[in-house]
Amino acid sequence: MLTETLGPVLVANRGEIARRIIRTVKRMGLRAIAVHSEADADLPFVREADEAVLLGPANPAQSYLDVTKVLEAARATGARAVHPGYGFLAENAAFAQAVIDAGMVWIGPAPDAIDRMGDKINARNLMEQAGVPVAAGTREPVTDLDLALKAAEEIGYPVMVKTAGGGGGIGMSVAHDDESLAKAFEQAARAAARFASAAAGGEGAPLAGPAILLERYIERARHVEVQILGLPDGTVVALGERDCSVQRRHQKVVEESPSPGITPELRERMLAAAVRAGEAVGYLGAGTVECLVDADEQDFVFLEMNTRLQVEHPVTELVTGLDLVELQLRVAAGETPEVTPRVSGHAIEFRVYAEDPKRFFPGPGKITAWEEPAGDGIRVDSGYEAGNTVTPFYDPLMAKLCVHGETRDEALARARKAVAGFTVEGPKNNLPFCAELLDEPGFASGDYDTGLVGRMRSPRG
Amino acid sequence: MAEVRAEMVANVWKVVVQEGDTVSDGDTLVILESMKMEIPVLAEDDGVVAQLKVSEGDVIQEGDLIAVIE
Repeated sequence: MLTETLGPVLVANRGEIARRIIRTVKRMGLRAIAVHSEADADLPFVREADEAVLLGPANPAQSYLDVTKVLEAARATGARAVHPGYGFLAENAAFAQAVIDAGMVWIGPAPDAIDRMGDKINARNLMEQAGVPVAAGTREPVTDLDLALKAAEEIGYPVMVKTAGGGGGIGMSVAHDDESLAKAFEQAARAAARFASAAAGGEGAPLAGPAILLERYIERARHVEVQILGLPDGTVVALGERDCSVQRRHQKVVEESPSPGITPELRERMLAAAVRAGEAVGYLGAGTVECLVDADEQDFVFLEMNTRLQVEHPVTELVTGLDLVELQLRVAAGETPEVTPRVSGHAIEFRVYAEDPKRFFPGPGKITAWEEPAGDGIRVDSGYEAGNTVTPFYDPLMAKLCVHGETRDEALARARKAVAGFTVEGPKNNLPFCAELLDEPGFASGDYDTGLVGRMRSPRG
Repeated sequence: MAEVRAEMVANVWKVVVQEGDTVSDGDTLVILESMKMEIPVLAEDDGVVAQLKVSEGDVIQEGDLIAVIE
């Protein structure tokens, strides 16, 4: 197998995703190298790797985002490939290029594809040219409020305001009129400045103006994304979809596959469009084409493309029986694995966050008790164990609780049991919210949209 | 006199006011950051910032004193 040439593989990430990647790397008979910050020295992923390198202090800019330190760790350990996971450097085209220039294999798409899809304005225009439907919106960066007001007038309120770069829902908000647009624009501009500063290694970078885009906002939308895999022979396959409509602050909390909100006909159109999207950029490896679905109209528009492994990839693994990390490695090694996408049963993932279950505010702390549920159709990808401390330096994801059943009802029943059987003490956690969601008729029925969590938390529904 | 305390472990990302500043109910005093989320800490009363106990870059614990408004 060509993949033998990949090891050792350096995993440039932390927590649950580093642990999950390390598991597959080792199963494939390759050495796994972890990198970590001082704050993460006690976490399971550091111990489970064959070798671990301390990068620096907790601050991501001095550890996980420090390209020089990560590359030095790779050189010092003789790594021949780098897997970036998600977040941190995963969508940093310059880092991908630096890995390649250092003679190593980058486990991800070509830097050029990352660049073209990383800028949401560029990606949107590219998709439109490739015949993928996009929402009415701006085709050029909106750099000041006057331009934003003009654009909003053309598009029509409500509009979604977001930054061209960055992610995680940061800086995104909906504007319903000129006044709220001013606020939304200011928020996005601030986020854009922070992204630019982070990209420049924490140094404040001088800017020509924030790159912001406005798009028509769909009120009752579902967020449905298609998992694609680009193969070395140039073909792109679609591995089904994930419904990620359960969100708070524009961040996903629960994902499921198949989506309970689209017809087979719409699914077919979405998968075909995702393949076209991947082919348009010569996409290699695992990627995700995110779309917004108007459930009433059974129509969709392109939202953005994530050029990396997605947090919620286990949902796809559970319904297809595939190991996406293994496929990433094999494709990066130049193999063209035979992939026949076949979806079987139903899978749901719950993100177990260190946050209070009412307002969803961060609640880091020391873990005094940690017991994961186990049983038929239950998979837990966790980054922590009892005795670890969840620190405020990184995102609040502690674990992903995933369930699989032959039907959605069976998956829901397993989820109820699994949520009740998951014990986390110490940090605040959203398991009570997960239980509440499973009792919510709007979720149980499958007929929900991205406004579901907001309605559960607003006093008058 | 009103004490403003941290609701969670966080990093102090931005200090918006200085000691001696006059603030109104709802004004942002500092912006905390925890787990990739910005959390503005607001004045809950009109008054003057008598004490400011944090600086940018500090790591503060739940319950730590951030400011005193008089």
